[in-house]
Amino acid sequence: MKRIVTLVVQNRSGVLNRVTGLMHKRQFNIESISVGRTEQEGISKMTFVVDVEDHRKMEQLTKQLNKQIDVIKVTDLSDKAVVARELAMIKIVANPGTRNEIQGIIEPFRASVIDVSKDSLSVQVTGKPDKIEALIDLLRPYGIKDIARTGLTAFSRGHQPQAAELTQYSLLK
Amino acid sequence: MKLDMKPAGTAPATKTGADVLVDALVEQQVDTIFGYPGGAVLPIYDALYRSEADFQHILTRHEQGAIHAAEGYARVKRKTGVVLATSGPGATNLITGIADAMMDSLPLVVLTGQVATTVTGTDAFQEADVMGITTPITKHNYQVQSAYELPKIIKEAFHIASTGRPGPVVVDIPKDISANPCFDTDESPFHLPGYQPTINPNPLQIKKLAEAVKQAKKPLVLTGAGVLHGGATDVLLDIINEYRIPVTSTLLGLGAFPADHEMFLGMAGMHGTYTSNMAITDCDLLINVGARFDDRLTGNLEHFAKNAVVAHIDIDPAEIGKNVPTHIPVVSDSGAALKELKRQLKEGPDHQAWLDELKQSSKDYPLWYNTPKEGMVAQWAIKEIHEKTKGDPIVTTDVGQHQMWAAQFFHFRRPDRWVTSGGLGTMGFGFPAAVGCQLAEPEERVIALVGDGGFQMTLQELSVVQERNLPVKIVILNNQALGMVRQWQEEFYEERYSESIVGCQPDFVKLADSYGIQGYKFETREEFESQIGELMNNDQPVLIDARVIQQENVFPMVPPGRGINDMVGVKP
Ligand SMILES: Cc1ncc(C[n+]2csc(CCOP(=O)(O)OP(=O)(O)O)c2C)c(N)n1
Repeated sequence: MKRIVTLVVQNRSGVLNRVTGLMHKRQFNIESISVGRTEQEGISKMTFVVDVEDHRKMEQLTKQLNKQIDVIKVTDLSDKAVVARELAMIKIVANPGTRNEIQGIIEPFRASVIDVSKDSLSVQVTGKPDKIEALIDLLRPYGIKDIARTGLTAFSRGHQPQAAELTQYSLLK
Repeated sequence: MKLDMKPAGTAPATKTGADVLVDALVEQQVDTIFGYPGGAVLPIYDALYRSEADFQHILTRHEQGAIHAAEGYARVKRKTGVVLATSGPGATNLITGIADAMMDSLPLVVLTGQVATTVTGTDAFQEADVMGITTPITKHNYQVQSAYELPKIIKEAFHIASTGRPGPVVVDIPKDISANPCFDTDESPFHLPGYQPTINPNPLQIKKLAEAVKQAKKPLVLTGAGVLHGGATDVLLDIINEYRIPVTSTLLGLGAFPADHEMFLGMAGMHGTYTSNMAITDCDLLINVGARFDDRLTGNLEHFAKNAVVAHIDIDPAEIGKNVPTHIPVVSDSGAALKELKRQLKEGPDHQAWLDELKQSSKDYPLWYNTPKEGMVAQWAIKEIHEKTKGDPIVTTDVGQHQMWAAQFFHFRRPDRWVTSGGLGTMGFGFPAAVGCQLAEPEERVIALVGDGGFQMTLQELSVVQERNLPVKIVILNNQALGMVRQWQEEFYEERYSESIVGCQPDFVKLADSYGIQGYKFETREEFESQIGELMNNDQPVLIDARVIQQENVFPMVPPGRGINDMVGVKP
């Protein structure tokens, strides 16, 4: 099962290495990582999407992460109502003949064109990973030249619904 | 540091980063450093030379010797061991010891030199990525970025190494930082928001545990090294004396509970006693105090403690539920948890039938060994040493058959006498660890029980024994084989003894002699018996080459992959 885990960490050298090394050692598959600074000086936030077998494994992961001296807080967001986004840039083969058609495809995704050249066109899209996947699938027939994705970043929503409502928010199941 | 031939050199007016480091070590009340010099730590060695502080530096003859000595020191003194080595090969020679200390939760602060910051990342001479290499095998590691932060890092390092679940902390110090003058240091107290070990138990969890004890018909306590780290031995003994709960132990937990106590069943696990393993299999309440349910203890998890309510007291929450599902988790220091349990326990279990059953089992299935007409077996030799050194010596072992036999036949009545490499199973550990123990406890008798294989991995530390005239007793249980490997090949590889019979070895007596140490070779029981008492109890370093029978195997045994209830070699 896929889980979203966020870490609040002290921004010291080696902390990313420590966290990813730990996941590697204990055989957790990392699907994506995103790291960035927070509003607090010296504190960063990492968002991981990991693939784990079961809840017991997930508990192990959380505990092992918590043990790291520079990790201040570990949150498993998977069962919470979250806002989660990823950004992707997709460069596709395009000529004057196909440009309009592509425009029509990306519009419902609220993606935008960020670069155009004689024979290519680059699109930027934000959203949940499945939305990004869907767009990539639609663009594939044109010929994808390059893709750059940031990996998912997420936090919990301001309002947490009761357990019964949760499934509709669940992102990864 | 006290040095005899100190020239009247002029000390530099301002402090260097290395001086700041030495001051910080003094502040941590370091009395002993185990180390080896080299280019990147020259400024530190110079600062040690110039320092007036009263601590000793032990020059081992290999960095691995230094770190195992520091582990031995830390284990018996319950104090953070300090190691110092140079960059590159100095640091990489420490890796085995760092991994060993991590597995066995020993508090170490390991100081490594590093190439100057000006050349970091250029594959400079003797540069190794110590941060990268040690990250998975340290509790924490630091690379010092400026001398300004050094005092604070050292404070943090000692705090992290010695509190919570202890472990090794590496501090990597670039040469320019230790060499250059330092005009300002950060003396503010440290703050580690991500490191707040839970020391005290949740009383409600202890209430559940007390309730479970009361209701149990077949309770059992399992002691791990956490009992020793938490200083919980006395309160444990009180509880057991009052409520008469049988006790078994992991390899590293030996000594946490007196081995001669009527409630003690012996060690459990792969080479544990049959009674201990059956007690784990049959018990209805298993109280694990500070053990991590390692696979050498549990055997196949499908058969482990299936009938039991499992309670697990551990200061490291990540150990709870890791291998064995736990019904009553208690995150706490073992001492604090057991004190609270003692306070809350009002009524013990009603379990006489269980005690009778175990007593009968211990009688029916004692540990055994062969008694050949001629020659000696290692088990007998170990028992003999045990009997002739009644004053509870400190015993270190190496890894292999002799280690298991020592665990089986040396009965520890007091804590912190037993020093062995459990988690990593590091050959070469035993002898240098004994050197560290002797330096930590100069007044105590220290005996290193080693195999002929493992001893040859780190025997260069005989130099330290010679130099300091340390009265360490080295007993080589010499079966002229890598015994444990030989045993597995006999049992599981149809006696194909691939590279495990080692007939060619040095003359250990002459070897000892060349280091100015008295060496003895014993081939018969009579020789051994008549001299061992005197040799173990005099105040000289001694090396004994005890020729033991090669074909002897460690029994009983849980074959790999089986449940611990499924032992072979239970009876002769
Ligand atoms: C550094 C290291 N290398 C290899 C091993 C694998 N190993 C475990 S026990 C053993 C044999 C040890 O032989 P010896 O030291 O003579 O002790 P004995 O088993 O004969 O008592 C070996 C090779 C190990 N534990 N550590």
